[in-house]
Amino acid sequence: MPRATFPGGVHPYEGKELTMDKPMKTILPKGDMVYPVSQHIGAPAKPVVAVGDRVLTGQLIAEAGGFVSAPVYATVSGKVKAIEPRRLATGAMCNSIIVENDGLYEEVEWPRMKPVDEMTTEEKIEAIRNAGVVGMGGAGFPTAVKLAPKEPDKIEYVIANCAECEPYLTSDYRRMIEEPELVIGGLKIAVSLFPNAQGIIAIEDNKPEAIRKMTELTADEEKITVKALQTKYPQGGERMIIYACTGRSINSSMLPADAGCIVDNTDTLAAIYRAVTEGKPLMERIVTITGDAIVDPCNYKVRIGMNYRELIDDAGGFVTEPAKIISGGPMMGFAIFDLDVPTTKTASAMTCLTKDAVAEIEPSACINCAKCVEVCPERLIPKDLADAVEHNDEERFVRQYGVECIECGSCSYICPARRQLAQLIKGMRKIQLGKRAAAAKK
Amino acid sequence: MDNLRNVSSNPHVRSRMTTQMIMMWVIIALLPAAGFGIYNFGVNALIVLALSVGTCVLMEFLFEKIVKKKVTVGDLSAVVTGLLLGMNLPPTAPFWLPVVGGFFAIIIVKMLFGGLGQNFMNPALGARCFLLISFPVYMNNFIIHAYTGATPLSALKEAQQAGDVTTALRNLNVMDMIIGRTSGVIGETSMIAIVIGACILILAGIIDLRIPGSYIVSFVIFLLIFGPDRSSAYISAQLSGGGLMLGAFFMATDYVSSPITSSGKYIYGCFLGIMTGIFRVLGASGEGVSYAIILGNLLVPIIERFTIPRAFGIQKEPKAKKEVEEA
Repeated sequence: MPRATFPGGVHPYEGKELTMDKPMKTILPKGDMVYPVSQHIGAPAKPVVAVGDRVLTGQLIAEAGGFVSAPVYATVSGKVKAIEPRRLATGAMCNSIIVENDGLYEEVEWPRMKPVDEMTTEEKIEAIRNAGVVGMGGAGFPTAVKLAPKEPDKIEYVIANCAECEPYLTSDYRRMIEEPELVIGGLKIAVSLFPNAQGIIAIEDNKPEAIRKMTELTADEEKITVKALQTKYPQGGERMIIYACTGRSINSSMLPADAGCIVDNTDTLAAIYRAVTEGKPLMERIVTITGDAIVDPCNYKVRIGMNYRELIDDAGGFVTEPAKIISGGPMMGFAIFDLDVPTTKTASAMTCLTKDAVAEIEPSACINCAKCVEVCPERLIPKDLADAVEHNDEERFVRQYGVECIECGSCSYICPARRQLAQLIKGMRKIQLGKRAAAAKK
Repeated sequence: MDNLRNVSSNPHVRSRMTTQMIMMWVIIALLPAAGFGIYNFGVNALIVLALSVGTCVLMEFLFEKIVKKKVTVGDLSAVVTGLLLGMNLPPTAPFWLPVVGGFFAIIIVKMLFGGLGQNFMNPALGARCFLLISFPVYMNNFIIHAYTGATPLSALKEAQQAGDVTTALRNLNVMDMIIGRTSGVIGETSMIAIVIGACILILAGIIDLRIPGSYIVSFVIFLLIFGPDRSSAYISAQLSGGGLMLGAFFMATDYVSSPITSSGKYIYGCFLGIMTGIFRVLGASGEGVSYAIILGNLLVPIIERFTIPRAFGIQKEPKAKKEVEEA
């Protein structure tokens, strides 16, 4: 049988061997904790604490600001020092609650949860909503909203996105190896929300150990299967993984639910499990600190809100001054200029590279080689779209489906002329998405 | 804030393949055929190739210096053009011929239209066609050393016009044509050397079989339907003779002047196959690859325009709905 995958895609250097076989380290923060009120897609959360208040670990400090929103919880005990805008890893400024960590880690009293079997669907979704769980693969879409589609009966597949196609990242892998029960437990809860659904754990085949472990542990689960996917970027993209697992394809104006699918990331499932069985809010995630500029690359179990610099210091600091520091992986991550940024719900990694492949070579003329066309998982013609952007030809950009771009960057990666294809397309795409949203409002 | 650490938008890594490396692979892949040409035709062929490459590189350099643009000869595309042009000249060419050809290829076809990536036709082929029209006597002189007769394809053409292809086929040694021991332009005679080069390009991921495959297949189908002779000897003589192999693998696949879309590549290949068939079977000359590819180049913008694929997940709009709206 051919391995499940999608047409297109690229094979960048994986870099996973740096951290793949090292156990996760649990690390306690020392300095101030920063909790941005926008760690998700949707309305920002509203702070419910004031400067000077003492907060406990697990205490609500900002409530959801709307239906599509998520609350934020303190992950240490201490005093609220300030509520002010702080810079995030994405480069944006965001209003944040700053808590001075007193080092005591005093916890709130956790709510007593009913056994999962006795909970109704609504109770489970409520628990997930209250816990502030969001898509932890990067998008940050509130999970409770995702798990409550209009027609739950039509959901046939809940896909655990364990592909981890982004180079260098191994946080999902370590979670599957060391705490597989959390992932499987989370998936079982998600599947139980839909009467006609079965679960698929989709893993790229460069992680045979994880595939073996998951297959073994789900052997008795009737509703859960493990699917090995071809190792290829962007295999973990939502539309790509749906296609690889089910053969169904969706476009930018559809939701996975329109194809009868719900897709959740590995860490998100672990958070779902904690929220429903233990009543614990989303407080920790796994962050990969990696790259050839790091002395001791490793995966950390991090209390969300902790400063990245502390993580880098614990990993031994830098071998040499890195040329590039990326929040996330090298394909989809954000380059940052300041290490003083907090980890957030969606922060999966910090990749520090001694070499900046982008600055090395100047873009040159396009030679029409069609490599971008061959790798584009969305079947676009990135070259044409980039040309349209350079000529500000919005009509052509829309006609050639520019809005369908998933911003995976495969075109820029492969381009032998080193054109900034994805960068050009992304800018115009944001404008067109804005226009589409404005038109929908009318 | 003194160290902004090269902040840039994602992705932050790049593949190793660059334009220069692609050109390098093409040059390497052309070497077997060029080498065989030198072996077959002697030192004059070497001088023609060297003059052609030298002129192309020099012309690009001088042009960019004169118009004060960034010098881009380092991308090696001018070397590829020069090599291809030289391989498309007869070994008997006077030494000014590659120089005039190189000037036309680089200045007229390439640089005046905006340089690399902007030329609407293959510069080497553009120059070859220019030379064929302007200096037919020099371009059709293939008499050198042992080769005193006509090229295999013109022998076949004469036979076709005289109405006796079978006799002419008997006089042709197809084995010699496959190995390349026939008269012709410097780089086209050896099918084996060209196919070795093509394999190099395919293995290196520079080209694939979509264009050359559909070109050759559609050409064979055309011959089977409209050709004067359907024997396997005629087909293999047509395949191994003339510029078909060199054209299909090295010139039809030229990135700049071929379609970017996948279905467009098939359409383009089929168009080339049919045009080559028309030129070779119905035309006055035995050869037609260059003109077919040049014509195909001109159609590329139209082919690309009509072959833009629907994006992933975009369903074909139901026709019935459209008709209702129109009504």
